[in-house]
Amino acid sequence: MKMTGAEAIIESLNNEKVDVVFGYPGGAVLTLYDALYQADFNHILTKHEQGAVHAADGYARATGKVGVVIATSGPGATNLVTGIATAYMDSIPLVAITGQVSVPLIGRDSFQEADIRGITTPITKHNYLVKKVEDLPGVLKEAFYIARTGRPGPVVVDVAKDVFAASFDYEYPTEVKLRGYRPVYEGNLETIAKVFEELRFAKQPLIFIGGGVNLSDSSEELKNMIEQTGFPVISSLMGLGCIPFDHPQFLGMVGMHGTYAANMATTECDVLLGIGVRFDDRVTGLLDEFAANAKIIHFDIDPAEINKNVLAHLRVVGDMKWSIPALSQRIKLVSDELKEHVQSWVEKCRIWQDEKPLSYEQGDLVMPQAVVEKVSQLTQGDAVIVTDVGQHQMWVAQYFGFKNSRSLLTSGGLGTMGYGLPAAIGAQCGLPDRPVILFIGDGGMMMNCQELAVAAEYDLPVKVLVFNNQCLGMVAQWQRMFYGGRYSHTSLKRSTTDFVKLAEAMGVKGLRIHKPDELDRVLKEALSISGPVVVDIRIPEVLDVLPMVPSGARLDQMIIGGKEG
Amino acid sequence: MKHTLAVLVENKPGVLTHISGLISRRAFNIESIAAGYTEEPDTTRITIVVEGDEIEQEQVVNQLSKLIDVIKISDLTAVESIQRELALIKVKASAATRSDIINIVEIFRASIVDVNKETMVIELSGDETKIDALCQVLEDDHGIIEIVRTGKIALSRGPVPAKDQGI
Repeated sequence: MKMTGAEAIIESLNNEKVDVVFGYPGGAVLTLYDALYQADFNHILTKHEQGAVHAADGYARATGKVGVVIATSGPGATNLVTGIATAYMDSIPLVAITGQVSVPLIGRDSFQEADIRGITTPITKHNYLVKKVEDLPGVLKEAFYIARTGRPGPVVVDVAKDVFAASFDYEYPTEVKLRGYRPVYEGNLETIAKVFEELRFAKQPLIFIGGGVNLSDSSEELKNMIEQTGFPVISSLMGLGCIPFDHPQFLGMVGMHGTYAANMATTECDVLLGIGVRFDDRVTGLLDEFAANAKIIHFDIDPAEINKNVLAHLRVVGDMKWSIPALSQRIKLVSDELKEHVQSWVEKCRIWQDEKPLSYEQGDLVMPQAVVEKVSQLTQGDAVIVTDVGQHQMWVAQYFGFKNSRSLLTSGGLGTMGYGLPAAIGAQCGLPDRPVILFIGDGGMMMNCQELAVAAEYDLPVKVLVFNNQCLGMVAQWQRMFYGGRYSHTSLKRSTTDFVKLAEAMGVKGLRIHKPDELDRVLKEALSISGPVVVDIRIPEVLDVLPMVPSGARLDQMIIGGKEG
Repeated sequence: MKHTLAVLVENKPGVLTHISGLISRRAFNIESIAAGYTEEPDTTRITIVVEGDEIEQEQVVNQLSKLIDVIKISDLTAVESIQRELALIKVKASAATRSDIINIVEIFRASIVDVNKETMVIELSGDETKIDALCQVLEDDHGIIEIVRTGKIALSRGPVPAKDQGI
């Protein structure tokens, strides 16, 4: 069929069953936007390209589909960089379509020219520069395929301006042929047998789950397998939700702000089965001493994750949808034997849990942990929770009663402040009927607060809970602990921003909580409003996220704090 | 330990950017890199010499393999292979010193590819140590003006091509 490059992109997005794109127009993508004028799918116009890319990311995390973002050349494209890097670190499937200057102008420092392909090479799974219109359908087909298969990730398709206008005979390929890309979904069954033998004779085994379980949507398979073993389970930040928070085998999050039980169990286990994890430094603490007594078994879809940070005794490369049931097949035959075998270890873990549970003291002000617990209770854990980055993120990870996979959307790898608000907007676009609740700090709120207007304009009922401590809490915590209490530029006391007024100025309902006795009433009110709401919650300025493993310390060397001090 | 990797990649624009970008981002220790066309027009072959222990070497292979453009990697250190590098050396040469240089060139089985009043250009192919040795002698006795080296290229012995070899 005869059509222009711009029309071919719309048609290709239709072929990929895209229902919404996030974007911001500009010179190089004018022709594409002209074609978008007639497109059947929605386009969400954000206030900033960074908002658009985080929104596409939030959409992808919430729905499991590929997020699509469009931006113009030069500054439009470079404004996507933080969002692309965020998605890359957390393996989120995105396709970013950027305009590029016309082919004859490339390389001449033309107006709004930036080499976005070069810039995004280290932060994309793959990227393209399309200079010939005939290449467009094949490139888009590949881009979507690469983004969502194997270990997912962002793909940039940079399209020269004249390609949008050029016409050609369009045909969307039915299959992808890539000599150098064949994701391995099914691995080696012999290794599964070896894994089974290790688990069978382990005295103190521990299962460690991560983002890979969320991304592969294999939480049901996981839960099934875990219950057959009776083994204790810990999770990384990205694995939260894959098994219910209140599951009797769940010891909580591991790592820098992990629970006492999870960190102690990791230190003392003799076999550690890591499933869809990448042994990030925030998890391992001092790498050389991480799970020092344990044989490490590593399940991942990406062979390059094996032995990257932690040396694995056994590796199982493949999709969790394959590897977890394959292991289950064997375990279920000896389920009772295994449970029997680990009884004293399970008891030991339970003692750790009872000994030092997560706790906090009540004060005159609203405690942020109490807000998280209250929201958890009011929603019964059944909401899509989005966070920004910092102290509030860790309190959510520690205290929210997650029930389902894909229910925590958070920038775990890159730790991008400013991610939360646009990501919540994107999640709500993808899941219009689900409650989407954003926890965010007063620092992060000001990084992309312009996107509040988008929530109002598209009537996206996100609930934005601002933990307002008038400082950059996590950085201030480190300054308090490791920099002699010198609060270099982390106080926000100068701020004259009124978050209630800010919300109202953008057409969003604003509420405020000053005192603990207002918490229940105002939160209920906020959750009952049908449109978007911002709640400015005043919390204490000096408050630490605890437990904490100082950077470079061993996991069992925690600063505990809480009620027991 | 050094590993010589034969990396077969798609012959497409941007592939070298992806390879060099990855090496830089992962902070891999790369000693040399040499690229060129192959018997198949859509394939480029890159020879990379990596310095590092087994674990580092495994990471290099695994990370490079993740690149969409990388078709195949084989470790030529693990098999019998021929390894060569080409060097062009411009050395100071007057009428008086020329014959001595010619002697050295003959000993090394190198060849002279250019001569003028003040200099000579010597071409030598061989392994790294042989080139190093020639450079050392020329520098000590006559003085070198400039050197260009290709970086190592390598080919396995026997009938099995790299594309059909296990890693």
